Amino acid sequence: MKSLISSELSVINAGLERFAEPLAARRKPVARCRWQPPAAGDAALGWKLARLVGHPKIEAANKIAYERYLASTPLLAGVETAGAVIPAMQGRKLLLHSGPPISWAEMCGPQKGAVAGAAMLERWADSPEAAARMAENGEIELDACNHHNAVGPMAGVISPSMPLWVVRDAVNGARTFCNFNEGLGKVLRFGAGGPEVLERLRWMGEHLAPVLQKTLAATGPMELKPLMAQALHMGDEVHNRNAAATSLLFRKLAPAALAGNVADEKELAAAFGFIAGNDHFFLNISMAACKLMLNAAAGVPGSSMLTVMARNGVNFGIQLAAFPGRWFQARANYIEGLFFPGFSQADAARDLGDSAITETCGLGGFAMAAAPAIVQFVGGSTDDALRNTLAMKAITLGANSAFTLPMLNFGGAPAGIDARLVVDTGILPIINTGIAHKEAGVGQIGAGLTTAPLPCFTAAVEALYEEVGNAQ
Amino acid sequence: MTRSRIFKNLYRDSVALMQLSARLEAMEGISMASALMGTPANQAMLVEAGLLEAPLPEAAPNDLVLVLRGEEGALDGAVAAFEKSLNPADTPKKGQREEEAYGSVAEALRHNPEANLALISVPGGYAGAEALKALRRGLNVMLFSDNVPIHQEAALKKYASERGLLVMGPDCGTAIISGAPLAFANVVRRGKIGVIGASGTGMQEVTCLADQLGQGISQAIGTGGRDLSVAVGGLTMRAAIGLLAEDGETEIIALIAKPPAKEVAEAVLEEARKTQKPVVVCFLGAPAGSYDQGNLVQAHSLEEAAHKAAELAQGKAPAYASPAGDDLQIQRQSASLRARLKPGQKYLRGLYSGGTFCYEALLHLQKLLPALAGNTPVGSVQKLADIHKSVGHTVIDLGDDDFTRGKPHPMIDPAQRNRRLLQEADDPETAVLLLDVVLGYGAHPDPAGELAQAVAEAKKRSAAHKNGGKDIVYIGFVCGTEGDPQNFREQRAKLAAAGFHLCASNIQAVALAGAVLGGLTPAPAPPLASQSGE
Repeated sequence: MKSLISSELSVINAGLERFAEPLAARRKPVARCRWQPPAAGDAALGWKLARLVGHPKIEAANKIAYERYLASTPLLAGVETAGAVIPAMQGRKLLLHSGPPISWAEMCGPQKGAVAGAAMLERWADSPEAAARMAENGEIELDACNHHNAVGPMAGVISPSMPLWVVRDAVNGARTFCNFNEGLGKVLRFGAGGPEVLERLRWMGEHLAPVLQKTLAATGPMELKPLMAQALHMGDEVHNRNAAATSLLFRKLAPAALAGNVADEKELAAAFGFIAGNDHFFLNISMAACKLMLNAAAGVPGSSMLTVMARNGVNFGIQLAAFPGRWFQARANYIEGLFFPGFSQADAARDLGDSAITETCGLGGFAMAAAPAIVQFVGGSTDDALRNTLAMKAITLGANSAFTLPMLNFGGAPAGIDARLVVDTGILPIINTGIAHKEAGVGQIGAGLTTAPLPCFTAAVEALYEEVGNAQ
Repeated sequence: MTRSRIFKNLYRDSVALMQLSARLEAMEGISMASALMGTPANQAMLVEAGLLEAPLPEAAPNDLVLVLRGEEGALDGAVAAFEKSLNPADTPKKGQREEEAYGSVAEALRHNPEANLALISVPGGYAGAEALKALRRGLNVMLFSDNVPIHQEAALKKYASERGLLVMGPDCGTAIISGAPLAFANVVRRGKIGVIGASGTGMQEVTCLADQLGQGISQAIGTGGRDLSVAVGGLTMRAAIGLLAEDGETEIIALIAKPPAKEVAEAVLEEARKTQKPVVVCFLGAPAGSYDQGNLVQAHSLEEAAHKAAELAQGKAPAYASPAGDDLQIQRQSASLRARLKPGQKYLRGLYSGGTFCYEALLHLQKLLPALAGNTPVGSVQKLADIHKSVGHTVIDLGDDDFTRGKPHPMIDPAQRNRRLLQEADDPETAVLLLDVVLGYGAHPDPAGELAQAVAEAKKRSAAHKNGGKDIVYIGFVCGTEGDPQNFREQRAKLAAAGFHLCASNIQAVALAGAVLGGLTPAPAPPLASQSGE
C-alpha cells in the first residue's frame, strides 16, 4: 500500500484529459489513460468485475494455472485410432465435432456435411440423406471434441475409424488428440463428403497412419515445444501458417522412416509426398499440443484463465480453468479477411473450428508478429502484426518464454488469457483463421481475422463472481 | 429535420462531447446538436429534448450517439465535421511529441509502478468500479466523478481504511497533494496548514485566503460531500486527520464541512482531538460554541477558518471574526450603494457557481431577508417552483445538478450563468446581483472577462430602456490566488472596471449584499437551531 503524502506524488489520470495538464505543467509525474467503459458499458457488471480485480483467491489460482500451462511439456507420442483412445466411442455411433456442443438441427452447413461424410466413411450410412436422418433421429450421436480431450480444425469431425495424433504430457502423462490434416480443396473438414474425400480419408487411415505410427515408434516421443518455437522463428504462428513447422516435422520423420524401413518404397513415397504437399500438415499437431498445455491448467478453482476457445460455426464457446467442461457461449462472429477469387463475404460461414485453441495458448493471432508472410490478413504491414501481438499483452497473464518472437526482441508470446482483463479492457482475443464456405463441401474460400465475442467473457466473469466474488 | 448517427464502441467523455456539440450548434443551418454516449439515461434525455422520438434500440451504452437538427443541406457537413473532430489524432501538430496514453489504469501502473494516486473522472456509473480497481491495485484514489452510488462509496472507503489507503470523493472537485493541484485547484504556496474538506469550493476559499494572508498549505484533502453521512461515517475525513497528524509539514489542521450527524461528528472530532495539533473546525451553520474545547477552534465562516488557521500558523491566538452587518465599513458601503437604487428595485439575486458559497450565503441571508428562495434550500429558505425563474430574494447555485445535467459547469463555461444574469438584469425589481468568480486549474481561462462582458451587455440594455434604465448593484468576490493561471489581480481588475463592488471573501460579499437590502441588520450570527445531518 502506498502512502499518499509521505512519498512523491505520482498520478494516473483516468477520465478528463485536462486534469493531467496542471500536473504536467508543474513537472509532476502523471500517466494518461484512454479510458473505455468496461463490460461493454454494463455498470453493474463493471462493479462486480472490480471486486474480482486483485482478488487473492483468483490471483493465487491464476498463478497455479498459468504455471501448470507453462510447465506442460507436450510430446508427439504416436498415432492411434479414435475408437481405441476415446472410450465414449465404444459400442456407439458417436461423432465428435468442433466447438461447443450443438444439435444436428442447429449445425452450420460445413459441419453437417462433415457429419454426413463421416457417417459414410464409417459405413453407417450410404448417402448424405441417410446420414442426415440418422443424425436427426439420434441414431448417430454427436458431441464436442473438447469433451474428449480432442480438438479438430473447422468442422472438426472425428469418427471412430479415423487415425488421431496422440500428444502426451511429459509432466503428468495426460493425453490429447487431434485428427489428421487432409490438405486443401474438397475435404471433410469443410463439409465435403464425396467419393474422393472418403477415398483420401480411407487412404490416410489405412496407409498414412501406419507409416507415421511406425515412424514415431522409431523416433520415440518427439518434444513439440522446441519444434513450435523454432517454427515461430521461421515465420509460422502455427495456426494459419504452418509451412515451417511442417518442414521441420518432415525433416525429423523422413530419415527415421527410411532408416527404420517402416514401409515399402511406394508407401513411403505416397506418405511423405502427401505431407510435403500440405503446408498445414502440422496444424493438427499444433492444436493437440496447445490443447494439452491448456488442459494442464484446467481445474484450478477460482482461476479466470481461459483453457478453451472453440467455435462450431454457429456459437463461440470458452472455458475457464475454474470451471472445466462449463461453456460460456455467444454467437460466433464472421471473419474479416481476404477471399479467394470468385468468393465474397456473402459466401462465408461464421467462425468455425477448434483451432482457436492455438490463440488460447498464446499462438496463432497472439503470435502474429512471428508471421510476416501472412500479414495481408491483418492490414498488410508488419506493424499491424506487431500491434496485434502487443495488444494481446493487455489481456494475458504473462509471456511464454518457450515461444519467443523475434519482432518482440525475442520476448515471449502473450499467453494465458484472463477473462477479467478482456471484460475490463474490451480488448478481444484476436484469432487468425481460415474462412469456410457456408455450404457444405465447397471448402476454404479465404482467410482472415476475427475476435472472440465479448458476451462469452461477460458471462464467464458473472459466473466467477458468483463463485468467489461474494465471499469477501 | 433531424438526423441521428451511431458510432459503435466509441467512447468520449461528456465534457469533450459537449464541446463538440457546441461547435456543431454554432454551424450555419444547425439548430440543435447533441452528442452523447448511448446510455438509457442519455437516450431518455434526447427523447425528452424532442431530438429523438424514441430511444434507438441499436445504440448501446458503449456507442456514441449524435443527433442533429437543422436544415437538410447542412446536416451532411455537420456530421462530417463531427467525424473529423472525433479523430484529431489524424492530424498531429508539427513538432508535438506524441504523449503516450495507456489503455487502462492497470497498464499505466505496470509502466509507472511508483504511481500512488489514481485521479478518476469517468462517468459516475462506472467510476466506483474504476476506483475499486485502483484501490485493489494499491493506489490511493481521488474520485472527481459524482453520481457514484452511496453503497459503492461506503464499500470503497471501508476497503481503503482497512488497508491504509485514502479515497478522496466521490464528487471531490479539488485537492492539493504535496504541492500539486488536482482537478479544480488553485496554485497556493506550500506551508503549515493542512485542510480537509467535504466541499470543493469551501476548500478553495480557505486555501486561497490562507495564501492571500501569506500562509501556505501542506495538503488539501477532499472527502466528497457524503463522507460525513451516517452511511459512510466520515471514513475519509477520519483517515485524512490521521494522515495530517503524522505529517511533519502540517502544523494546523482545518476541517471544512456542513455539520455532520451527531455520531459522525463525534467520531471525527475524536480523531481531531488525538492529533495534538490545533484543529480549526468550520462546520458551516453549526451553533457557536459547538467545537471550541481543547485543541479545537470553531470557525463560523470559510473566511474565518482561513484567518484563524493563519493566526495559529503565526503563533497567535485565533481571534478573527468575519465582519457582519453591524460592521461600520459595511454599513457605510451599503448605505451608499442603497442610495443608487430606484424605487421598485427591491430584490437580491445571487447567481453562484460554487455550491458551498451558495450554501454559506443562504445560511446567513435567511436571517436578513424575508422570503428568501433558492434551488438548494437550507433552513427557512424556500425552494423555487421554477429554478429558471427568480422570485423575490433569490440565491441559486448554478453548479447544481438541476443546471448542469448535460451542460458544462458554470465554472468551466460561464455562458449559462451569463444568460441568467441578463434575465435578472432585465427584471425591474432586481436591485443587487451577487456573484462569485472562481479561479484555478480546470476553471474557465477568463471568467471575470466573460462576466464583465455580460454586465456591459446588461447595462447597455438597461440604458436603452425607455424609462431611462436603472442601476443594478453588482457585488462579487474572486476566489483565487496570484499564482493561478487566470491571475487573481487581473481578474479583480476586470470586475472592478465593469463596476463591481469587490469584497475580500464570500461572507463579506454576502454581508454587504444583505446590508444593502436588509436595511438595518440584526446583530451578527445568532446561533441556528442545531442542524444534524444534511
